[in-house]
Amino acid sequence: MTNGDASPAKSVLLDVRGLRKYFPIRRGLLQKTVGHVKAVDDVTFFLNRGETLSLVGESGCGKTTTARCILRAITPTAGQVLLSDNDEVLDVATVPKHRLRSLRRQMQMIFQDPFSSLNPRMTLLDIVGEPLLVHGVGNAQERTDRVVELLRLVGLRPEYMRRYPHAFSGGQRQRIGIARALALNPRLVVADEPVSALDVSVQAQILNLLLELQERLGLTYLFVAHDLSVVKHISERVAVMYVGRIVETAPTEELFATPRHPYTEALLSAVPKPDPRLRSERIVLQGEVADPANTPPGCHFHPRCQYAQAVCREKAPVQEEIAPDHFVSCHRAAELSLKGVARTIDHRRHP
Amino acid sequence: MQKNGKPLLSVRNLKTSFFQDEGTTRAVDGASFDVFPGKTLGIVGESGCGKSVTAQSILRIVDHPGRIVEGEIFLTRADGSEIDLVKLKANSREIRSIRGGDIGLIFQEPMTSFSPVHTVGAQIIEAVRLHNAVSKKEARQKGIEALRSVGIPKPERRIDEYSFELSGGLRQRAMIAAALSCDPRLLIADEPTTALDVTTQAQILDLLRKIQQERGMAIMLITHNLGVVAEMADDVVVMYLGRVVEQGTVDEIFHDPKHPYTKALLQSIPSIESVPRLKLPTISGSIPHPFNRPTGCPFHPRCASFIPGRCDTADPPLLAVGEGRTASCFLYQ
Repeated sequence: MTNGDASPAKSVLLDVRGLRKYFPIRRGLLQKTVGHVKAVDDVTFFLNRGETLSLVGESGCGKTTTARCILRAITPTAGQVLLSDNDEVLDVATVPKHRLRSLRRQMQMIFQDPFSSLNPRMTLLDIVGEPLLVHGVGNAQERTDRVVELLRLVGLRPEYMRRYPHAFSGGQRQRIGIARALALNPRLVVADEPVSALDVSVQAQILNLLLELQERLGLTYLFVAHDLSVVKHISERVAVMYVGRIVETAPTEELFATPRHPYTEALLSAVPKPDPRLRSERIVLQGEVADPANTPPGCHFHPRCQYAQAVCREKAPVQEEIAPDHFVSCHRAAELSLKGVARTIDHRRHP
Repeated sequence: MQKNGKPLLSVRNLKTSFFQDEGTTRAVDGASFDVFPGKTLGIVGESGCGKSVTAQSILRIVDHPGRIVEGEIFLTRADGSEIDLVKLKANSREIRSIRGGDIGLIFQEPMTSFSPVHTVGAQIIEAVRLHNAVSKKEARQKGIEALRSVGIPKPERRIDEYSFELSGGLRQRAMIAAALSCDPRLLIADEPTTALDVTTQAQILDLLRKIQQERGMAIMLITHNLGVVAEMADDVVVMYLGRVVEQGTVDEIFHDPKHPYTKALLQSIPSIESVPRLKLPTISGSIPHPFNRPTGCPFHPRCASFIPGRCDTADPPLLAVGEGRTASCFLYQ
């Protein structure tokens, strides 16, 4: 493995600045552009080498679009995606197409649905070996050896490599997807909802595997998810998105214990806690998530925010560092005292 | 489970199988439980545990090639009479008056359960007129009232919209309105919030609780989400591969689980309250394919307390493990 390099504890691997992705809305015979869906609207964050950052938010908040822009699966409208490649810093957002392939060796993706993301006509050997083939790594024998190594790494028996995906369960298929993502020794792995399609008893297995692989290979994860309990479990830092913008970024425990943005507070309060003794008064947000094609002026969250004031309706808040490593975009962040998740339980001792 | 009062719905040894060319799938394999008036029964389990087929069996809407092989489903009707739903013909007048009348149903996917070519209103009005002798105008009024009662803004306008014009949350509200339009005494909610975001989920759960308090209706809540069960249920039934493995009050299930599967499941779920980046205890293996059902206790290949020669040879019966509690495990024999 080439990834276990002893880089300084806090070196930035990925630096995303002012990322925007607008999708045009076309109408009529001439397909005139009548507006834009602002899927990602000025997103700024960074990702340190070897850490896990989760992008969390509800459907339509732009978390998947952000992830796709970072991989240049789609080209962003504006902004920079700076990836450190050894000593060089490359802007993924603008790098010419012919250089993309070599760049993609550095960045791989794990998909949400392990049923549709594996070609049913290809064997495990073909699926996991394909990235190696595309990038011209080794000869046939070397590639097979690498596939064997990868399958062992993700906890699958190498004897299975001539089988097709249909012979495997959801959790096993997700392992295949992980093996494929790791084939090229990427630095950055973008995992888009990797456990949300799995049964609860299998989720824990995959989460443990991801943690284990990170430890062994020094991987950096960008984890996209909507499930806050999964996010709490896997991440070192969390960025909360709402309608195309990041509203709060903080170290995991801090974000859950002391949220500073009203949306984060409401989101934490909405998660059903698996303990009937904790049925409490919840903050139930009124109304619906704003339409990214027709965003409200000022702070996107103000129509649903119980703390909103006149300024929130007029001016969009800017992101500020309210505590070390804790960034928040809220006009009233300094004065509000919000409620987080009060209790922390250690699973090793729980029931 | 509390034994005070007569159950509204009583399921006894229900067995529903699907007969396919490849073999027989025993989707529900001897499930028994009671639903009490005004209470919420949570049915939890992972995919393939038979929780949805149980709901379909109660309403007698099991798809071909499935059918109920054995068992009884007693429903106490409004006039106090008791009726065995299994004995009714699946298309009889009687079951049709129960479906949507005595028992309302909310599905998981509100997008696919509404017809896209009829307005939401037309579908609610149809249900109202099917179960009540009212004029079109009265039915429409009732439909508007139903939409208003579930918190849909401007129901007079929304009633003439199509399901695709509504957001996910509003669509699920409309679904609930349709289910409630005929004042059911039992509401079966099959994964009602699975397709929704957490903040919308909180709104819908709040709404269900409010409606239950107002109308004193019983809810049978089917879900795989243990958090939702902990928030909503009074009693809980845990299912695994077609069997009820454990039942008890919600507090007993979450704070003193008896069956190894319930214990393992509770430990393996990532919680919003857990310490970040700790390895979770896991349940080994995965849920077996239904054609490939283990002998004996269906959980034995994944069980930490597996007793060789016993769990893999005989079916554990449902055993009493406390006041009104049962668990299906040889550990308690």
